[in-house]
Amino acid sequence: MTAGTVTPYRPGEQAGRDGFAQVLRAEWTKFRTVRGWVIGTLGAVLVTAGLGLFAAGASSSSCQGTGGGPARTGQGCMTIPPVGPGGEAVSDSFYFVRQQLAGNGSITVRITSLTGKLPPTNGNLPSNPNAPVDTRPGLVPWAKAGIIIKESTQPGSAYAAMMVTADHGVRMQDNYTNDTAGQPGAVSPASPRWLRLTRSGDTITGYESADGTGWTQVGTVHLAGLPSAVQAGLFAASPAYQAISQNNFGGGENGIIAPSQDTAVFDHLSRSGTWPGGAWTGDYIDAADGSGIGGYHQVGGRFAVTGSGDIAPAVAGQGGSGTTITNHLVGTFAGLIAVIVVATIFITAEYRRGLIRITLAASPRRGRVLAAKAIVIGSVTFVAGLAAAAATVIFGARLASARGSYVYPVPWPTELRVVVGTGLLIALAAVFALALGTVLRRSAAAVTIVIVAIVLPYLLGVVSVLPVSASDWLLRITPAAAFAVQQAMPQYPQVTALYTPSSGYFPLAPWAGLAVLCAYAALALALAAVLLRRRDA
Amino acid sequence: MSAAQPCLPVARHAEATGMRDALHAEWTKLRTVAGPAWLLAGTVVLTVAVSTAATAAVRCQAGLACPVDTAKLSLTGIEFGQAVVAILAVLVISGEYSTGMIRVTLAAMPRRTTVLAAKAVLVVGLVLAAGTIAVGGSLLAGRIILPGHGFTAARGFPLLSLGDGPVLRAAAGSVLYLGLIALLSLGAATAVRDSAVAIGIVLGLLYIFPIVANVVSNAHWHRHLEQVGPMSAGLAIQATTGLRSLPISPWAGLGVLAAWAAGALLAGGLVLRWRDA
Repeated sequence: MTAGTVTPYRPGEQAGRDGFAQVLRAEWTKFRTVRGWVIGTLGAVLVTAGLGLFAAGASSSSCQGTGGGPARTGQGCMTIPPVGPGGEAVSDSFYFVRQQLAGNGSITVRITSLTGKLPPTNGNLPSNPNAPVDTRPGLVPWAKAGIIIKESTQPGSAYAAMMVTADHGVRMQDNYTNDTAGQPGAVSPASPRWLRLTRSGDTITGYESADGTGWTQVGTVHLAGLPSAVQAGLFAASPAYQAISQNNFGGGENGIIAPSQDTAVFDHLSRSGTWPGGAWTGDYIDAADGSGIGGYHQVGGRFAVTGSGDIAPAVAGQGGSGTTITNHLVGTFAGLIAVIVVATIFITAEYRRGLIRITLAASPRRGRVLAAKAIVIGSVTFVAGLAAAAATVIFGARLASARGSYVYPVPWPTELRVVVGTGLLIALAAVFALALGTVLRRSAAAVTIVIVAIVLPYLLGVVSVLPVSASDWLLRITPAAAFAVQQAMPQYPQVTALYTPSSGYFPLAPWAGLAVLCAYAALALALAAVLLRRRDA
Repeated sequence: MSAAQPCLPVARHAEATGMRDALHAEWTKLRTVAGPAWLLAGTVVLTVAVSTAATAAVRCQAGLACPVDTAKLSLTGIEFGQAVVAILAVLVISGEYSTGMIRVTLAAMPRRTTVLAAKAVLVVGLVLAAGTIAVGGSLLAGRIILPGHGFTAARGFPLLSLGDGPVLRAAAGSVLYLGLIALLSLGAATAVRDSAVAIGIVLGLLYIFPIVANVVSNAHWHRHLEQVGPMSAGLAIQATTGLRSLPISPWAGLGVLAAWAAGALLAGGLVLRWRDA
């Protein structure tokens, strides 16, 4: 063999030189040339996207019958929420006692009481929402009242507010999603609260005080592009009452959601700086369906303001028919099952046919074989999952909108995380299945264990009679935790809601959930590597 | 040709007593490998364990209304146990395909439908027996645990008892449910032959319908999905309260599952007859 002549193909020699690339190529060839596996993977893409589009299309709201156009507000239909400055859907309905103020200045007020009315505990509400209900005194935890500086009366416009709340003390909130805590404690005539908002250009600073002389700064916010003339004044809002407790049960519709209202008493209202004294006007902001409760009563310098509704980010799945991209990705479950089957057979077929002995004879370093298989099946299924998720997210939202169903807007980084995360979720599940297939060598047991571990915890949380706390734990410690990566809408501590998996909220943070599945896959892979080396093939 | 002569009496014998011999042969196969016994034990243990855990996780606090169907709650384990039943039923036939045993089986018993029928009879019989123990254990656990967790007779939750009509229906129905799941799995496995694919199909059929139904907010589609899904319809048999709000009545629901099982067995039988093993 002289230099210059073509070296004949000798597998043994080549394996010695660049072994891993060879093994990788061998495994890719195996995958590519088995028709069933390729069909199975393509089927996973189709079934994921197909079921997703079906779910998006079949979620059309009940408004569709009234004309087939986009969802509109009105009886029995969902009110389309306004969009806040951050691009998220928000709820912006409250009673506002306001006047227009130009330039810089500050507004100060004292609150002496916050009281309210709740719907009856038994949930026996009249079918007509406008009929009077037997209310009882009480407040929802996030009933709020205070002072607010708002860009305009347009729902969804920028704002900053200082407020007292029923159970969460003094807060400074701005632009719907931001919430800063002040001093805790409830307000009462014996312990009133003083609140102040100061505007200087785009910057608004909130202060609080117990006596009106010693002031503490609560927070500073920048409202970019705030016009010179703003609406400022007193507000009161009270989110819907919801019967939620630790004992709440998943599945079934057993939560009570009904409007509540609160009344705050203000005095010592003053303005300073360039803000002159003018007459106050009161109106209900965003009474889209005319059901907003509110009003105010002024005697001298004393104001009693009553309001309902909330100034906060909107939460999906609350009595509305809106969907999220998380809902559209429901087909992931079907795609997962197909991918798990293919990934398991990718190794168990070798044992069944005895091919494993040839594979290991050709590449005696067993760890490398397993690594190559994991890389091949992981990459292929990642690409498949990515394609399916991207198609579902893009076309699902369009289809749902076209069918008259509201889709909650999601910022593009979140959309990207959901799509890439779904690809990773499917790839990790495939690697997990491959590893378990290597450990057990039997397809039936491996497939069942992986499917039951990934799909059933979610199913139990959604449709069974388990309490929310139990199903939350299942979604923290089982591989099903990974579905958290598909959560599109954030959970807000300042909004009371049933954050359940069925409306697209998971107990773990997105990447933390994926990390749980990652840990399962890594552990299984390590066990598989050890057993593959120790046992005879 | 003379060499074939001695075989003839044997062939005649097989034709004469087809079903009994087939049952005997299949029973010997099931009895002499460790797998089926372990899987049956697994069905019982897993079902009772999950039922007990689910029951223990639920408490009815004083002063709160508890919208809980206690019979259904204490039978939660069926949702896990059915997966083990599916493995068992799938392996009964796909195990033969993976080892090549099926060719011996079909050479010995050329009437393929008889082979499938014998397998079906045996698997269902075993699953019904194991299911009875599993359901009995689950209900017993519920009977012991529930009163201590606030589900007392004084609050409208009488002790779980088979003397109670709906509870008896839920219990017997759950056993039948497992038997039908076994038939569905056997049929699917006979049709596709590969155990992994068969398990994937069966678990997909069971789990996907309720998951998709849950996110479909359109009431019409939601109801239809729950009516046709083998698991959501079949498990309607476990409901003892709120029967009016069920998407499908208990026995009709079990009928839907039976239709799925019959369809799968028919498909499996046709494939078995028409395709080379």
